[in-house]
Amino acid sequence: MVDITLRVNGATRTGSPEARKTLADFLRDDLNLTGTHVGCEHGACGACTVILDGRAVRSCLMLAVQAAGREVTTIEGLAPDGGMGTLQQAMWDSHSFQCGFCTPGFVMQATAFLSDHPDANEQQIREALSGNICRCTGYQSIIDGVLLAAERNRAH
Amino acid sequence: MKLPPFDYEAPETVSEAVELLAEHGDEASVLAGGQSLIPLLALRLARPAVLVDINGVTELSGVSAADGWMAIGTMTREHVAEESESVADTVPLLAAALPYIGHEAIRSRGTIGGSLAHADPAAELPAVARALDAEFVVRGRSGERVIPAAEWFEGYLMTSRRPDELLVEVRFPTTGRDTGVSFQEVARRHGDFAIVGLATSLSLSDGAISDARLAFAGLSDVPVRADAAEDLLVGERPSTELFDEAARRATADVDPPGDLHGSSDYRKTVAAALVRRGLRAAAAHALGRQ
Repeated sequence: MVDITLRVNGATRTGSPEARKTLADFLRDDLNLTGTHVGCEHGACGACTVILDGRAVRSCLMLAVQAAGREVTTIEGLAPDGGMGTLQQAMWDSHSFQCGFCTPGFVMQATAFLSDHPDANEQQIREALSGNICRCTGYQSIIDGVLLAAERNRAH
Repeated sequence: MKLPPFDYEAPETVSEAVELLAEHGDEASVLAGGQSLIPLLALRLARPAVLVDINGVTELSGVSAADGWMAIGTMTREHVAEESESVADTVPLLAAALPYIGHEAIRSRGTIGGSLAHADPAAELPAVARALDAEFVVRGRSGERVIPAAEWFEGYLMTSRRPDELLVEVRFPTTGRDTGVSFQEVARRHGDFAIVGLATSLSLSDGAISDARLAFAGLSDVPVRADAAEDLLVGERPSTELFDEAARRATADVDPPGDLHGSSDYRKTVAAALVRRGLRAAAAHALGRQ
C-alpha cells in the first residue's frame, strides 16, 4: 500500500491503494466515484477518460499512486450541484447516448478538447473523439451534441 | 484484467533509477508514460517483479536543440513534443508523425523515449528514428553508450538496451532548409496502429535529389529502410516515373506479415502507394521550404 494525497473535483482526497491499482479502480472503489466507467481495461475504449491537470487521460493506463499531488476531474466534477453543464445538456438535447456506458468518457474527452479548441469544427471533433468507442449510437449524435455545445459556448 | 502484483519503485534521479536497474536487471521493467506497458500488464503479457517508475525523474523531460541535433529527454510527453515549435522547426518529420500516435488522451501520457524503447514495429516513432538515423543515449552503472538507430531495433519489442541500462535521451539530427519530409500512414481508423506507415525525407540540391530516406512501419519486426529505392533516387530529378520506380524497388524485397487487418500482398500494395505519396509530398515540402 502507498499513501497518497491528491485533488479530485476540487477537494483534497487521500487513500492507500496498492501500487498496482489503476487510477480508474481507485476512483471507483476507494473514492466511490463510479461515474468513471471501466470498459476494456487496457486503453482501447476510452470509457475511463478523466482530466488530469487539464488534459484528458485514460485512467486505466496510469497507476493511482502516479496521481499523488495532481488534480483530477471526473464526470462527477463537471456539474457539482447535480445539474448538467453546457456540454451535458447539449448531448442530452442531441440524444448523444443510448446505453450510456461510454458517455462519461466521451464527455470528459470532449470537455478537455472544447476547452482548448472552442472553435472546433466537425472534422476536428471527430478526430478528437476517435479514441472513444461507442457500440450503440453510430457516433453521429455524439458529434452533433459536441458541435451544439461548442455553438452554445460561443453564443455566451 | 487487473495488473499483476509488483514491487513499485519511484526514483527521483537518473542515478537512482540506474542503481535500481543494476540491482534488479531483467526482473525490472521501466515505466515511462505507460501507454504500452500498462496494457501489457493488464493483459498479463508482462509480469515484471519490479516496476521502476521514472515519471518523477524531472531531469529526463525536455527538448533542446544545439550543434545540429535536437535532443529529447526520454520522459518528454508526446503532446509536449507535438506542441513544441522548436521540434516542428528543427525535426519536421518527427512533428509530422506525432499526431498519428494513438489518440489525444494517449499522447497526454505517452513519451518519446517510452515508445522508442518499447519498439513496436508498427509504431510511428521507430520509423522516424530509423529514417533520420537518430541516436539513442543509454546510461548504466558503468557509464553512457550512444547507439545508432540502425543498431537500436533488434526485433519485435526488442532493442539493444541492456536490462541494467536506462534510455535517457534520443537525439535527432536537425533538418536543413533543402529538405522536405512527409509521414504517411494507412490504418483502419485514425489513431490505430499502422497497417503500413512510411517516414520520408528528401533533400534537393539544384533540382536534383541529394539525399533520400524512406523508413517503413508495419512491414517487418523492426522498422525497415528502403535502401534500394534510396540508392535509385539520389542524383536524379524528381518525376512521376522516378517515384513509380522507387515504389517498385522499395517493395520488391519486402515480405510483410499478413493478419486480419491486411494480407501480405495488400500491405505491399499499400507500401508502394505510400512511397509514391510520400515522395511527392516530401518533394513539394522541400521546394516550399527553400
